[in-house]
Amino acid sequence: MRMHFVLQEIWIGLRRNLTMTISLVVTVAIAMALFGTGMLIRKQVDGSKSYWYDKVEVSIFLCVAKSTANPDCKKKDASQAEKDLLQSKLKSLANVKSVVYENQQEAFTRFQGNFAKTPGFVNATKVGDIPDSFRVGLKDAKKFGDVISVAENMRGVDQVVNERELLDKLFKILNGLQWAALFLAMIQVFAAILLIGNTVRLSAFNRRRETGIMRLVGASNMYIQLPFILEGAIAGLVGGLIAAVLLVGSKILLIGQLEASLQLTTKLSWTQVGGVIIFSIAVGVLLCAGASFLTLRRYLKI
Amino acid sequence: MINFDNVTKVYPNQNRPALQHCNVAVEKGEFVFLVGPSGSGKSTFLRLVLKEERPSQGHVYVAGKDLNKLNNWKVPHLRRRIGCVFQDFRLLPNKNVFENVAFALEVIGKPRRFITKVVPEVIDLVGLEGKQHRMPDELSGGEQQRVAIARAFVNRPMILLADEPTGNIDPATSIGIMKVLDRINRTGTTVVMATHDAAIVDAFRKRVVELEDGRVVRDQSRGVYGQAY
Repeated sequence: MRMHFVLQEIWIGLRRNLTMTISLVVTVAIAMALFGTGMLIRKQVDGSKSYWYDKVEVSIFLCVAKSTANPDCKKKDASQAEKDLLQSKLKSLANVKSVVYENQQEAFTRFQGNFAKTPGFVNATKVGDIPDSFRVGLKDAKKFGDVISVAENMRGVDQVVNERELLDKLFKILNGLQWAALFLAMIQVFAAILLIGNTVRLSAFNRRRETGIMRLVGASNMYIQLPFILEGAIAGLVGGLIAAVLLVGSKILLIGQLEASLQLTTKLSWTQVGGVIIFSIAVGVLLCAGASFLTLRRYLKI
Repeated sequence: MINFDNVTKVYPNQNRPALQHCNVAVEKGEFVFLVGPSGSGKSTFLRLVLKEERPSQGHVYVAGKDLNKLNNWKVPHLRRRIGCVFQDFRLLPNKNVFENVAFALEVIGKPRRFITKVVPEVIDLVGLEGKQHRMPDELSGGEQQRVAIARAFVNRPMILLADEPTGNIDPATSIGIMKVLDRINRTGTTVVMATHDAAIVDAFRKRVVELEDGRVVRDQSRGVYGQAY
Protein backbone atom coordinates (compact mmCIF):
# COMPACT_ATOMS: atom_id res chain seq x y z
CA MET A 1 0.00 0.00 0.00
CA ARG A 2 1.50 3.28 -1.04
CA MET A 3 0.19 5.92 1.32
CA HIS A 4 1.52 8.80 -0.72
CA PHE A 5 -0.56 7.76 -3.71
CA VAL A 6 -3.73 7.32 -1.65
CA LEU A 7 -3.28 10.71 0.03
CA GLN A 8 -2.77 12.35 -3.34
CA GLU A 9 -5.99 10.80 -4.66
CA ILE A 10 -7.89 12.00 -1.57
CA TRP A 11 -6.57 15.51 -1.98
CA ILE A 12 -7.63 15.60 -5.64
CA GLY A 13 -11.06 14.24 -4.72
CA LEU A 14 -11.65 16.75 -1.93
CA ARG A 15 -10.49 19.66 -4.07
CA ARG A 16 -12.66 18.77 -7.03
CA ASN A 17 -15.67 18.49 -4.77
CA LEU A 18 -14.92 21.47 -2.62
CA THR A 19 -18.44 22.90 -2.28
CA MET A 20 -19.97 19.51 -1.53
CA THR A 21 -17.23 18.83 0.97
CA ILE A 22 -17.83 22.13 2.74
CA SER A 23 -21.57 21.52 3.04
CA LEU A 24 -20.86 18.04 4.31
CA VAL A 25 -18.43 19.35 6.91
CA VAL A 26 -20.92 21.97 8.10
CA THR A 27 -23.77 19.46 8.35
CA VAL A 28 -21.66 16.97 10.23
CA ALA A 29 -20.39 19.70 12.55
CA ILE A 30 -23.92 20.81 13.46
CA ALA A 31 -25.18 17.25 13.82
CA MET A 32 -22.33 16.28 16.10
CA ALA A 33 -22.56 19.50 18.12
CA LEU A 34 -26.26 18.88 18.80
CA PHE A 35 -25.60 15.26 19.54
CA GLY A 36 -22.83 16.20 21.97
CA THR A 37 -24.98 18.88 23.61
CA GLY A 38 -27.68 16.30 24.20
CA MET A 39 -25.13 14.06 25.84
CA LEU A 40 -23.75 16.92 27.96
CA ILE A 41 -27.24 17.71 29.26
CA ARG A 42 -27.75 14.02 30.01
CA LYS A 43 -24.54 13.90 32.01
CA GLN A 44 -25.46 17.10 33.82
CA VAL A 45 -28.89 15.71 34.73
CA ASP A 46 -27.44 12.40 35.89
CA GLY A 47 -24.80 14.16 37.98
CA SER A 48 -27.30 16.54 39.53
CA LYS A 49 -29.77 13.76 40.21
CA SER A 50 -27.40 11.66 42.24
CA TYR A 51 -26.13 14.75 44.05
CA TRP A 52 -29.52 16.20 44.88
CA TYR A 53 -31.50 13.07 45.56
CA ASP A 54 -29.15 12.30 48.45
CA LYS A 55 -29.83 15.69 49.95
CA VAL A 56 -33.54 15.83 49.30
CA GLU A 57 -35.63 16.60 52.37
CA VAL A 58 -39.28 16.76 53.10
CA SER A 59 -40.14 20.13 54.56
CA ILE A 60 -43.06 20.33 56.95
CA PHE A 61 -44.18 23.92 57.38
CA LEU A 62 -45.98 24.70 60.58
CA CYS A 63 -49.01 26.87 61.08
CA VAL A 64 -48.35 30.58 61.59
CA ALA A 65 -51.26 32.75 62.63
CA LYS A 66 -50.31 35.64 60.37
CA SER A 67 -49.63 33.99 57.07
CA THR A 68 -51.25 30.60 56.70
CA ALA A 69 -54.21 30.11 54.43
CA ASN A 70 -54.84 26.53 55.49
CA PRO A 71 -58.20 26.34 57.37
CA ASP A 72 -56.94 23.42 59.48
CA CYS A 73 -54.61 25.84 61.23
CA LYS A 74 -57.56 27.88 62.51
CA LYS A 75 -55.47 31.06 62.37
CA LYS A 76 -53.29 29.96 65.26
CA ASP A 77 -49.58 29.29 65.60
CA ALA A 78 -48.69 25.66 66.04
CA SER A 79 -48.36 25.03 69.75
CA GLN A 80 -45.22 23.64 71.41
CA ALA A 81 -47.10 20.44 72.31
CA GLU A 82 -48.09 19.93 68.69
CA LYS A 83 -44.49 20.47 67.60
CA ASP A 84 -43.16 17.97 70.15
CA LEU A 85 -45.69 15.38 69.16
CA LEU A 86 -44.94 15.82 65.46
CA GLN A 87 -41.23 15.58 66.07
CA SER A 88 -41.43 12.37 68.09
CA LYS A 89 -43.81 10.80 65.58
CA LEU A 90 -41.46 11.64 62.72
CA LYS A 91 -38.46 10.29 64.57
CA SER A 92 -40.20 7.00 65.14
CA LEU A 93 -40.55 6.35 61.39
CA ALA A 94 -38.13 3.78 60.00
CA ASN A 95 -37.10 5.71 56.87
CA VAL A 96 -36.32 8.95 58.67
CA LYS A 97 -32.64 9.81 58.96
CA SER A 98 -32.84 13.18 60.68
CA VAL A 99 -35.39 15.68 61.87
CA VAL A 100 -34.25 19.28 62.19
CA TYR A 101 -36.36 22.11 63.53
CA GLU A 102 -35.86 25.47 61.91
CA ASN A 103 -37.39 28.37 63.83
CA GLN A 104 -38.81 31.48 62.24
CA GLN A 105 -35.66 33.56 62.81
CA GLU A 106 -33.47 30.93 61.12
CA ALA A 107 -35.93 30.57 58.27
CA PHE A 108 -35.88 34.34 57.71
CA THR A 109 -32.08 34.47 57.73
CA ARG A 110 -31.91 31.70 55.14
CA PHE A 111 -34.53 33.48 53.05
CA GLN A 112 -32.48 36.69 53.17
CA GLY A 113 -29.43 34.76 52.03
CA ASN A 114 -31.21 33.05 49.12
CA PHE A 115 -32.73 36.26 47.81
CA ALA A 116 -29.84 38.59 48.61
CA LYS A 117 -29.84 39.75 44.99
CA THR A 118 -33.38 41.12 45.18
CA PRO A 119 -33.30 43.46 48.17
CA GLY A 120 -36.80 44.80 47.50
CA PHE A 121 -38.25 41.39 48.03
CA VAL A 122 -36.24 40.84 51.19
CA ASN A 123 -37.10 44.24 52.66
CA ALA A 124 -40.83 43.59 52.26
CA THR A 125 -40.53 40.47 54.35
CA LYS A 126 -40.33 40.37 58.12
CA VAL A 127 -39.44 37.73 60.64
CA GLY A 128 -42.58 35.67 61.15
CA ASP A 129 -43.66 35.79 57.51
CA ILE A 130 -41.59 32.73 56.84
CA PRO A 131 -43.02 29.84 58.84
CA ASP A 132 -40.93 27.64 61.06
CA SER A 133 -40.57 24.09 59.81
CA PHE A 134 -39.26 20.61 60.34
CA ARG A 135 -36.78 19.41 57.77
CA VAL A 136 -36.88 15.65 57.49
CA GLY A 137 -33.94 13.85 55.94
CA LEU A 138 -34.78 10.45 54.46
CA LYS A 139 -32.71 7.30 54.36
CA ASP A 140 -34.27 6.32 51.06
CA ALA A 141 -35.35 9.39 49.13
CA LYS A 142 -37.81 7.40 47.04
CA LYS A 143 -39.89 6.30 50.02
CA PHE A 144 -41.30 9.60 51.14
CA GLY A 145 -44.93 8.49 51.24
CA ASP A 146 -45.25 7.57 54.93
CA VAL A 147 -43.53 10.77 56.10
CA ILE A 148 -45.96 12.83 54.09
CA SER A 149 -49.05 10.93 55.18
CA VAL A 150 -48.06 11.11 58.84
CA ALA A 151 -47.24 14.81 58.70
CA GLU A 152 -50.34 15.80 56.77
CA ASN A 153 -52.64 14.31 59.42
CA MET A 154 -51.02 16.09 62.35
CA ARG A 155 -52.39 19.22 63.98
CA GLY A 156 -50.39 22.40 63.57
CA VAL A 157 -49.07 21.41 60.13
CA ASP A 158 -49.68 23.92 57.40
CA GLN A 159 -48.06 22.40 54.37
CA VAL A 160 -45.84 19.47 53.45
CA VAL A 161 -43.41 20.07 50.60
CA ASN A 162 -41.48 17.25 49.08
CA GLU A 163 -38.36 18.75 47.45
CA ARG A 164 -38.02 15.72 45.24
CA GLU A 165 -41.14 16.71 43.36
CA LEU A 166 -39.71 20.14 42.69
CA LEU A 167 -36.46 18.62 41.45
CA ASP A 168 -38.33 16.17 39.27
CA LYS A 169 -40.00 19.08 37.51
CA LEU A 170 -36.62 20.66 36.82
CA PHE A 171 -35.17 17.42 35.55
CA LYS A 172 -38.16 16.94 33.30
CA ILE A 173 -37.39 20.26 31.62
CA LEU A 174 -33.74 19.32 31.23
CA ASN A 175 -34.72 15.93 29.86
CA GLY A 176 -36.96 17.63 27.33
CA LEU A 177 -34.04 19.84 26.30
CA GLN A 178 -31.85 16.80 25.90
CA TRP A 179 -34.34 14.98 23.70
CA ALA A 180 -34.91 18.08 21.61
CA ALA A 181 -31.16 18.31 20.98
CA LEU A 182 -30.92 14.62 20.13
CA PHE A 183 -33.95 14.83 17.84
CA LEU A 184 -32.45 17.73 15.90
CA ALA A 185 -29.17 15.83 15.78
CA MET A 186 -30.97 12.86 14.24
CA ILE A 187 -32.43 15.05 11.49
CA GLN A 188 -28.98 16.48 10.80
CA VAL A 189 -27.47 13.01 10.75
CA PHE A 190 -30.07 11.99 8.20
CA ALA A 191 -29.20 15.03 6.06
CA ALA A 192 -25.51 14.25 6.48
CA ILE A 193 -25.98 10.70 5.24
CA LEU A 194 -27.80 11.92 2.13
CA LEU A 195 -25.09 14.51 1.53
CA ILE A 196 -22.37 11.90 1.85
CA GLY A 197 -24.25 9.81 -0.67
CA ASN A 198 -24.29 12.70 -3.13
CA THR A 199 -20.69 13.67 -2.47
CA VAL A 200 -19.45 10.16 -3.05
CA ARG A 201 -21.57 9.86 -6.17
CA LEU A 202 -20.10 13.06 -7.57
CA SER A 203 -16.65 12.01 -6.54
CA ALA A 204 -17.04 8.61 -8.19
CA PHE A 205 -18.32 10.32 -11.32
CA ASN A 206 -15.44 12.82 -11.38
CA ARG A 207 -12.92 10.06 -11.01
CA ARG A 208 -14.53 7.50 -13.28
CA ARG A 209 -11.56 7.53 -15.68
CA GLU A 210 -9.12 6.80 -12.89
CA THR A 211 -11.24 4.13 -11.26
CA GLY A 212 -11.96 2.55 -14.66
CA ILE A 213 -8.25 2.23 -15.36
CA MET A 214 -7.56 1.03 -11.84
CA ARG A 215 -10.08 -1.73 -12.33
CA LEU A 216 -8.58 -2.73 -15.67
CA VAL A 217 -5.02 -2.93 -14.45
CA GLY A 218 -6.09 -5.00 -11.46
CA ALA A 219 -6.01 -2.63 -8.51
CA SER A 220 -7.56 -4.29 -5.49
CA ASN A 221 -11.01 -3.17 -4.38
CA MET A 222 -9.54 -1.67 -1.24
CA TYR A 223 -7.14 0.43 -3.28
CA ILE A 224 -10.00 1.73 -5.40
CA GLN A 225 -12.38 2.37 -2.52
CA LEU A 226 -10.01 3.61 0.15
CA PRO A 227 -9.59 7.15 -1.23
CA PHE A 228 -13.37 7.60 -1.30
CA ILE A 229 -13.89 6.24 2.19
CA LEU A 230 -11.03 8.30 3.59
CA GLU A 231 -12.43 11.35 1.83
CA GLY A 232 -15.65 10.82 3.78
CA ALA A 233 -13.76 10.11 6.98
CA ILE A 234 -11.69 13.29 6.63
CA ALA A 235 -14.81 15.38 6.06
CA GLY A 236 -16.28 13.69 9.14
CA LEU A 237 -13.15 14.43 11.14
CA VAL A 238 -13.09 18.10 10.19
CA GLY A 239 -16.82 18.32 10.98
CA GLY A 240 -16.17 16.62 14.30
CA LEU A 241 -13.39 19.06 15.15
CA ILE A 242 -15.66 22.03 14.43
CA ALA A 243 -18.31 20.31 16.54
CA ALA A 244 -15.73 20.07 19.34
CA VAL A 245 -15.30 23.84 19.27
CA LEU A 246 -19.08 24.30 19.29
CA LEU A 247 -19.37 21.86 22.20
CA VAL A 248 -16.83 23.78 24.25
CA GLY A 249 -18.93 26.84 23.48
CA SER A 250 -22.13 25.12 24.53
CA LYS A 251 -20.51 23.90 27.75
CA ILE A 252 -19.48 27.44 28.60
CA LEU A 253 -22.64 29.19 27.45
CA LEU A 254 -25.53 26.75 27.86
CA ILE A 255 -24.50 24.45 30.68
CA GLY A 256 -22.56 27.20 32.41
CA GLN A 257 -25.66 29.42 32.37
CA LEU A 258 -27.80 26.56 33.63
CA GLU A 259 -25.38 25.96 36.46
CA ALA A 260 -25.34 29.60 37.45
CA SER A 261 -29.06 30.27 37.28
CA LEU A 262 -30.29 27.01 38.74
CA GLN A 263 -27.54 26.71 41.34
CA LEU A 264 -26.72 23.23 40.21
CA THR A 265 -23.85 22.57 42.56
CA THR A 266 -22.55 19.65 40.50
CA LYS A 267 -20.36 21.11 37.81
CA LEU A 268 -19.78 19.21 34.61
CA SER A 269 -16.05 18.52 34.58
CA TRP A 270 -13.89 19.20 31.52
CA THR A 271 -12.93 15.54 31.53
CA GLN A 272 -16.56 14.66 30.94
CA VAL A 273 -16.82 17.28 28.20
CA GLY A 274 -13.64 15.86 26.67
CA GLY A 275 -15.15 12.38 26.70
CA VAL A 276 -18.27 13.64 24.95
CA ILE A 277 -16.15 15.48 22.35
CA ILE A 278 -14.04 12.43 21.58
CA PHE A 279 -17.16 10.30 21.33
CA SER A 280 -18.89 12.72 18.93
CA ILE A 281 -15.79 13.01 16.72
CA ALA A 282 -15.59 9.23 16.57
CA VAL A 283 -19.28 9.00 15.69
CA GLY A 284 -18.82 11.66 12.98
CA VAL A 285 -15.87 9.88 11.38
CA LEU A 286 -17.49 6.44 11.51
CA LEU A 287 -20.78 7.79 10.20
CA CYS A 288 -19.13 9.41 7.18
CA ALA A 289 -16.81 6.51 6.42
CA GLY A 290 -19.66 4.01 6.76
CA ALA A 291 -22.03 6.01 4.58
CA SER A 292 -19.31 6.46 1.93
CA PHE A 293 -18.68 2.74 1.93
CA LEU A 294 -22.36 1.92 1.48
CA THR A 295 -22.83 4.45 -1.35
CA LEU A 296 -19.72 3.20 -3.08
CA ARG A 297 -21.25 -0.22 -3.35
CA ARG A 298 -23.92 1.36 -5.51
CA TYR A 299 -22.01 3.83 -7.61
CA LEU A 300 -18.58 2.33 -8.06
CA LYS A 301 -18.51 -0.78 -10.15
CA ILE A 302 -15.81 -3.09 -8.94
CA MET B 1 -3.88 -19.62 -22.57
CA ILE B 2 -7.46 -18.59 -23.39
CA ASN B 3 -10.06 -21.28 -23.89
CA PHE B 4 -13.75 -20.73 -24.65
CA ASP B 5 -15.72 -23.89 -24.06
CA ASN B 6 -19.18 -23.68 -25.64
CA VAL B 7 -19.68 -20.13 -24.36
CA THR B 8 -23.01 -18.35 -24.77
CA LYS B 9 -23.58 -14.85 -23.49
CA VAL B 10 -26.99 -13.23 -23.38
CA TYR B 11 -27.17 -9.72 -21.94
CA PRO B 12 -30.12 -8.97 -19.68
CA ASN B 13 -33.18 -7.60 -21.50
CA GLN B 14 -31.94 -8.75 -24.89
CA ASN B 15 -33.27 -11.62 -26.91
CA ARG B 16 -30.36 -12.10 -29.25
CA PRO B 17 -27.28 -13.63 -27.65
CA ALA B 18 -24.04 -11.66 -28.03
CA LEU B 19 -22.12 -14.94 -28.28
CA GLN B 20 -23.53 -18.37 -29.10
CA HIS B 21 -21.86 -21.72 -28.47
CA CYS B 22 -18.48 -20.25 -29.02
CA ASN B 23 -15.43 -22.55 -28.96
CA VAL B 24 -12.05 -20.89 -29.35
CA ALA B 25 -8.65 -21.90 -28.00
CA VAL B 26 -5.76 -19.46 -28.05
CA GLU B 27 -2.32 -20.85 -27.27
CA LYS B 28 0.41 -19.12 -25.36
CA GLY B 29 2.36 -16.68 -27.50
CA GLU B 30 -0.19 -16.55 -30.32
CA PHE B 31 -1.31 -13.42 -32.15
CA VAL B 32 -5.02 -13.58 -32.96
CA PHE B 33 -7.16 -11.15 -34.94
CA LEU B 34 -10.79 -11.16 -33.90
CA VAL B 35 -12.79 -9.83 -36.85
CA GLY B 36 -16.41 -9.31 -37.72
CA PRO B 37 -18.93 -6.51 -38.13
CA SER B 38 -20.11 -4.31 -35.28
CA GLY B 39 -22.29 -6.22 -32.86
CA SER B 40 -20.82 -9.57 -33.83
CA GLY B 41 -19.57 -10.20 -30.29
CA LYS B 42 -15.90 -9.16 -30.45
CA SER B 43 -16.06 -6.86 -27.45
CA THR B 44 -18.10 -9.37 -25.49
CA PHE B 45 -15.37 -11.92 -26.15
CA LEU B 46 -12.75 -9.59 -24.67
CA ARG B 47 -14.96 -8.67 -21.70
CA LEU B 48 -15.45 -12.34 -20.89
CA VAL B 49 -11.68 -12.88 -20.79
CA LEU B 50 -11.39 -10.01 -18.28
CA LYS B 51 -14.30 -11.37 -16.25
CA GLU B 52 -16.10 -8.09 -16.71
CA GLU B 53 -19.00 -10.29 -17.73
CA ARG B 54 -19.91 -13.85 -16.82
CA PRO B 55 -20.92 -16.31 -19.51
CA SER B 56 -24.60 -17.30 -19.52
CA GLN B 57 -23.54 -20.80 -20.46
CA GLY B 58 -20.25 -22.60 -20.90
CA HIS B 59 -16.83 -21.94 -19.42
CA VAL B 60 -14.04 -19.48 -20.05
CA TYR B 61 -10.57 -20.64 -19.05
CA VAL B 62 -7.69 -18.22 -18.74
CA ALA B 63 -4.26 -19.66 -17.94
CA GLY B 64 -5.95 -22.93 -17.09
CA LYS B 65 -8.35 -21.42 -14.57
CA ASP B 66 -12.11 -21.60 -14.95
CA LEU B 67 -13.30 -18.00 -14.54
CA ASN B 68 -16.73 -19.17 -13.34
CA LYS B 69 -15.01 -20.57 -10.28
CA LEU B 70 -12.78 -17.56 -9.68
CA ASN B 71 -13.69 -15.65 -6.52
CA ASN B 72 -14.58 -12.02 -7.01
CA TRP B 73 -11.75 -10.85 -4.79
CA LYS B 74 -9.28 -12.70 -7.01
CA VAL B 75 -10.45 -10.91 -10.16
CA PRO B 76 -7.95 -8.04 -9.69
CA HIS B 77 -5.13 -10.58 -9.68
CA LEU B 78 -6.41 -12.02 -12.96
CA ARG B 79 -6.51 -8.54 -14.49
CA ARG B 80 -2.94 -7.83 -13.40
CA ARG B 81 -1.87 -10.55 -15.78
CA ILE B 82 -3.94 -9.16 -18.69
CA GLY B 83 -3.17 -5.87 -20.41
CA CYS B 84 -5.87 -3.87 -22.19
CA VAL B 85 -5.82 -1.34 -25.02
CA PHE B 86 -8.87 0.48 -26.38
CA GLN B 87 -9.88 2.50 -29.39
CA ASP B 88 -10.23 5.64 -27.25
CA PHE B 89 -6.81 5.29 -25.50
CA ARG B 90 -8.28 6.06 -22.03
CA LEU B 91 -5.32 8.11 -20.82
CA LEU B 92 -5.58 10.40 -17.81
CA PRO B 93 -5.48 13.94 -19.26
CA ASN B 94 -3.93 15.51 -16.16
CA LYS B 95 -0.96 13.16 -16.03
CA ASN B 96 2.06 13.15 -18.35
CA VAL B 97 3.28 10.11 -20.28
CA PHE B 98 5.46 8.81 -17.47
CA GLU B 99 2.73 9.28 -14.86
CA ASN B 100 0.10 7.63 -17.04
CA VAL B 101 2.23 4.53 -17.41
CA ALA B 102 3.36 4.62 -13.78
CA PHE B 103 -0.28 4.86 -12.63
CA ALA B 104 -0.87 1.21 -13.60
CA LEU B 105 1.93 0.15 -11.27
CA GLU B 106 1.16 2.60 -8.48
CA VAL B 107 -2.39 1.34 -8.07
CA ILE B 108 -1.25 -2.23 -7.64
CA GLY B 109 1.16 -1.12 -4.95
CA LYS B 110 4.54 -1.48 -6.69
CA PRO B 111 7.42 0.30 -4.98
CA ARG B 112 8.65 3.62 -6.34
CA ARG B 113 12.12 2.24 -7.12
CA PHE B 114 10.69 -0.48 -9.34
CA ILE B 115 8.48 2.05 -11.14
CA THR B 116 11.28 4.48 -11.94
CA LYS B 117 13.30 1.60 -13.39
CA VAL B 118 10.63 -0.17 -15.43
CA VAL B 119 8.49 2.68 -16.82
CA PRO B 120 11.22 4.35 -18.95
CA GLU B 121 12.13 0.95 -20.43
CA VAL B 122 8.56 0.37 -21.58
CA ILE B 123 8.24 3.91 -22.90
CA ASP B 124 11.35 3.25 -25.01
CA LEU B 125 9.93 -0.11 -26.14
CA VAL B 126 6.81 1.52 -27.61
CA GLY B 127 8.95 4.14 -29.36
CA LEU B 128 8.29 7.22 -27.25
CA GLU B 129 11.83 7.86 -26.01
CA GLY B 130 12.28 11.46 -24.94
CA LYS B 131 8.55 12.12 -24.61
CA GLN B 132 8.13 11.03 -21.00
CA HIS B 133 7.09 14.46 -19.79
CA ARG B 134 4.60 15.31 -22.53
CA MET B 135 0.95 15.63 -21.64
CA PRO B 136 -1.54 13.50 -23.60
CA ASP B 137 -2.99 16.51 -25.44
CA GLU B 138 0.49 17.32 -26.76
CA LEU B 139 0.72 13.94 -28.47
CA SER B 140 -0.69 12.67 -31.78
CA GLY B 141 -3.32 9.91 -31.76
CA GLY B 142 -0.73 7.28 -32.63
CA GLU B 143 1.54 8.46 -29.83
CA GLN B 144 -1.34 8.42 -27.36
CA GLN B 145 -2.10 4.83 -28.33
CA ARG B 146 1.55 3.97 -27.76
CA VAL B 147 1.26 5.36 -24.25
CA ALA B 148 -1.83 3.23 -23.70
CA ILE B 149 0.06 0.16 -24.95
CA ALA B 150 2.97 0.98 -22.67
CA ARG B 151 0.55 1.19 -19.73
CA ALA B 152 -1.03 -2.14 -20.67
CA PHE B 153 2.34 -3.84 -21.03
CA VAL B 154 4.30 -2.28 -18.17
CA ASN B 155 3.37 -5.02 -15.71
CA ARG B 156 4.49 -7.71 -18.22
CA PRO B 157 1.08 -9.36 -18.67
CA MET B 158 0.79 -12.82 -20.18
CA ILE B 159 -2.11 -11.65 -22.38
CA LEU B 160 -2.65 -8.35 -24.18
CA LEU B 161 -6.22 -7.60 -25.31
CA ALA B 162 -6.67 -4.84 -27.87
CA ASP B 163 -10.15 -3.62 -28.78
CA GLU B 164 -9.84 -1.85 -32.15
CA PRO B 165 -6.55 -0.18 -31.21
CA THR B 166 -6.22 1.39 -34.67
CA GLY B 167 -9.85 2.51 -34.89
CA ASN B 168 -9.02 6.18 -34.27
CA ILE B 169 -5.75 6.27 -36.15
CA ASP B 170 -4.85 6.86 -39.80
CA PRO B 171 -3.56 3.86 -41.79
CA ALA B 172 0.07 4.97 -41.94
CA THR B 173 0.27 5.42 -38.17
CA SER B 174 -1.59 2.17 -37.62
CA ILE B 175 1.30 0.25 -39.13
CA GLY B 176 3.54 1.68 -36.42
CA ILE B 177 1.09 0.64 -33.71
CA MET B 178 0.92 -2.86 -35.18
CA LYS B 179 4.72 -3.07 -35.12
CA VAL B 180 4.64 -2.28 -31.42
CA LEU B 181 2.02 -4.97 -30.80
CA ASP B 182 4.08 -7.41 -32.87
CA ARG B 183 7.18 -6.59 -30.83
CA ILE B 184 5.22 -7.26 -27.65
CA ASN B 185 3.95 -10.54 -29.10
CA ARG B 186 7.56 -11.58 -29.80
CA THR B 187 8.38 -11.29 -26.10
CA GLY B 188 6.02 -14.24 -25.57
CA THR B 189 2.89 -12.30 -24.74
CA THR B 190 -0.34 -13.63 -26.19
CA VAL B 191 -2.12 -10.88 -28.15
CA VAL B 192 -5.82 -10.88 -29.04
CA MET B 193 -6.83 -7.94 -31.20
CA ALA B 194 -10.40 -7.16 -32.20
CA THR B 195 -10.43 -5.08 -35.36
CA HIS B 196 -12.31 -3.78 -38.38
CA ASP B 197 -9.19 -2.89 -40.23
CA ALA B 198 -9.01 -5.18 -43.26
CA ALA B 199 -5.75 -3.75 -44.56
CA ILE B 200 -3.93 -4.54 -41.35
CA VAL B 201 -5.29 -8.07 -41.05
CA ASP B 202 -4.37 -8.79 -44.64
CA ALA B 203 -0.90 -7.34 -44.24
CA PHE B 204 0.03 -9.23 -41.08
CA ARG B 205 -1.15 -12.70 -42.00
CA LYS B 206 -1.79 -13.92 -38.48
CA ARG B 207 -4.49 -16.23 -37.15
CA VAL B 208 -7.99 -14.84 -37.81
CA VAL B 209 -11.14 -15.72 -35.87
CA GLU B 210 -14.24 -14.33 -37.52
CA LEU B 211 -17.44 -13.78 -35.58
CA GLU B 212 -20.86 -13.19 -37.04
CA ASP B 213 -23.98 -12.75 -34.93
CA GLY B 214 -22.13 -14.20 -32.00
CA ARG B 215 -20.96 -17.35 -33.77
CA VAL B 216 -17.47 -18.31 -34.85
CA VAL B 217 -17.79 -18.60 -38.63
CA ARG B 218 -14.11 -18.87 -39.48
CA ASP B 219 -10.92 -19.76 -37.63
CA GLN B 220 -7.91 -19.64 -39.90
CA SER B 221 -4.21 -19.50 -39.23
CA ARG B 222 -2.43 -16.94 -41.43
CA GLY B 223 -5.81 -15.65 -42.62
CA VAL B 224 -7.06 -12.51 -44.29
CA TYR B 225 -9.89 -10.22 -43.26
CA GLY B 226 -12.44 -11.71 -45.67
CA GLN B 227 -14.35 -11.09 -48.81
CA ALA B 228 -17.45 -9.13 -47.95
CA TYR B 229 -15.92 -6.18 -46.15
